[in-house]
Amino acid sequence: MTTPIIETQSLTKTFRVKKKTVEAVRSLDLRVEPGELVAFLGPNGAGKSTTLRMLTTLLPPTSGTARVAGYDVGRHQAEVRRHIGYVGQGNGAGHLQRGRDELLNQGRAYGMTAADTRARADVLIDGLDLGGVVDRTVSTLSGGQRRRLDITLGMIHAPELLFLDEPSTGLDPQNRAHLQEQIVGLHRAGTTIVLTTHYLDEADAMAQRVVVVDHGAIIADDTSEHLKGGLGVRVTLGFATAADAEAARGQVDAAGSTEAPVVTVQDGAPALVVRHRDGTTWAADAVRRLEAAGLVVTGLEVVRPTLDDVFLSLTGRSLREAGATDAGATTEEVAA
Amino acid sequence: MTTTTTTAAPRASYTRPTGVVADVVTVFTREMRPLARDPFQVVFSMIQPLFFLALFAPLLPDGAFPGGVSALQWFVPGIVAMSCLMGTSMVGSNLLLEMQTGSHERLLVAPVRRSALLLGRAAKEIVPMLAQSAIIIAAVTPFSFELHLPGVLVGLAIMAVFAVGMASLSYVLALAAEGRDWMFWAVQQTFLFPVLLLAGMLLPVDDGPAWLRTLSALNPLTYVVDAERALFAGTWPAGTILAGVAAAAGVALVGLGVGIRAMRRQD
Ligand SMILES: Nc1ncnc2c1ncn2[C@@H]1O[C@H](COP(=O)(O)OP(=O)(O)OP(=O)(O)O)[C@@H](O)[C@H]1O
Ligand SMILES: [Mg+2]
Repeated sequence: MTTPIIETQSLTKTFRVKKKTVEAVRSLDLRVEPGELVAFLGPNGAGKSTTLRMLTTLLPPTSGTARVAGYDVGRHQAEVRRHIGYVGQGNGAGHLQRGRDELLNQGRAYGMTAADTRARADVLIDGLDLGGVVDRTVSTLSGGQRRRLDITLGMIHAPELLFLDEPSTGLDPQNRAHLQEQIVGLHRAGTTIVLTTHYLDEADAMAQRVVVVDHGAIIADDTSEHLKGGLGVRVTLGFATAADAEAARGQVDAAGSTEAPVVTVQDGAPALVVRHRDGTTWAADAVRRLEAAGLVVTGLEVVRPTLDDVFLSLTGRSLREAGATDAGATTEEVAA
Repeated sequence: MTTTTTTAAPRASYTRPTGVVADVVTVFTREMRPLARDPFQVVFSMIQPLFFLALFAPLLPDGAFPGGVSALQWFVPGIVAMSCLMGTSMVGSNLLLEMQTGSHERLLVAPVRRSALLLGRAAKEIVPMLAQSAIIIAAVTPFSFELHLPGVLVGLAIMAVFAVGMASLSYVLALAAEGRDWMFWAVQQTFLFPVLLLAGMLLPVDDGPAWLRTLSALNPLTYVVDAERALFAGTWPAGTILAGVAAAAGVALVGLGVGIRAMRRQD
């Protein structure tokens, strides 16, 4: 058995706000092996940032222990700091500074030579498409540009363990793709990565292991394949009449479905809804069968499981009921 | 997708431990960069002192000051002190901004000693202080101000020690006020003018009522300004200079001591 790069035991953090106790992280037991790429997935307020802040020495745990890179986060803070990189939820780059100046300074802080820092900064600036803006004052950058600069700051010293708190917030699709390339590239080079996200598809695209957090506790810890596989892809077949939909239910092949076909009304039209492990193939096959049986499919929707679906199946609550605002709210906070 | 630039850098000995001096230099250098990029910003906190110099100093009658020096000779050291106090007392607002936006958090995770986060920042304040003093002295030397260079240099050295202390105290205030900008400014503004006026910055307090003289005697800036006045006039009264050095050193020690503790408690 290898030595874990992160190991927590009953890690707990409570805050007292106006005489009320907020249990931000509850008795978290987590073990991450060197070289893993782990995504923390959970709604707003789940405790993702608080966990990361304890693991990066920013917050002392209320109780429990955490060892990071072999060192206790409370007793050996300096050693922990030397071994990690951290991109927080705020802006790592100082607003009064220029981007490249911050990169040079960050390298210096980690004991890199100026030449090494410059070379590495150029690679990252190129990789995250910051060439045009990195020599400007940070406060003049757009939210997404600033976010990408924050990420380069966390990566400049090629840490063996990198924490990224919602790295993709505020990024457009193209820059999300660039970010994924960078993260996957670092991971291939052997870096252990722990990131947080609100999106299952993002966790899916990057992470092998997804840790679902809710109310400060881990409610699932698995590969995204398994998390989603258990749910299946949701297929909705539309029909002209409820009778057609009912008839179709008798015709389709229910084998392999994770949720049996049900007749319902969607967007005002009769529909048959199924969840199936291999939804896309199943949908194509179902349309063919039904046409052959003389039933006309008037609409078709195939939806991969989202965080909301995973969450609903794990907790019986939807994200909205969980009292969480949508992810957009966080985007604005950070970009503001 | 095709143009993947690999970021896989060899993990060299990037993690060499650095000494406290290297850490202070790192923080100092970072603080200096915006100033080096835009040197004009040193003038920002000088606007008020320059107005006092231009619009108040001409009202002072020559020959009314201790030692028989010209009004300007007496007034300039006070303006240098005012400019220093105004500049250094507001530097905490930069830290407030960095705490709010997140860059301070990044530095707290970086392997930089907490003490260096304060020392580097406080030490940097010496630079704008010297630049501002140079501007003031250059502006008044063509008039009835006699430049006694050795005295001025020693005076500025004392002022530099005082600046480090005041800047540290401003950072302490910022750390205490975290998230509440209004509180930082309320406290800073409340202290600024009493400290300046009680030090006899605008007018001598020697002829004031007893309570005012007592308050003045409790103000460390009083001793610094007295020492500056003597040195700027080219005189070397040992007692006055020593009192100035002691007051500046006291402010610096208290500021750094409290400041380093406050920075260490950051989490
Ligand atoms: N400094 C603090 N003081 C008081 N309460 C806090 C503090 N930091 C976090 N909390 C509370 O702890 C809980 C967990 O917060 P945390 O920031 O870890 O959530 P998160 O999972 O990162 O959410 P998000 O997706 O919105 O970033 C929340 O209820 C939050 O209000
Ligand atoms: Mg968070």
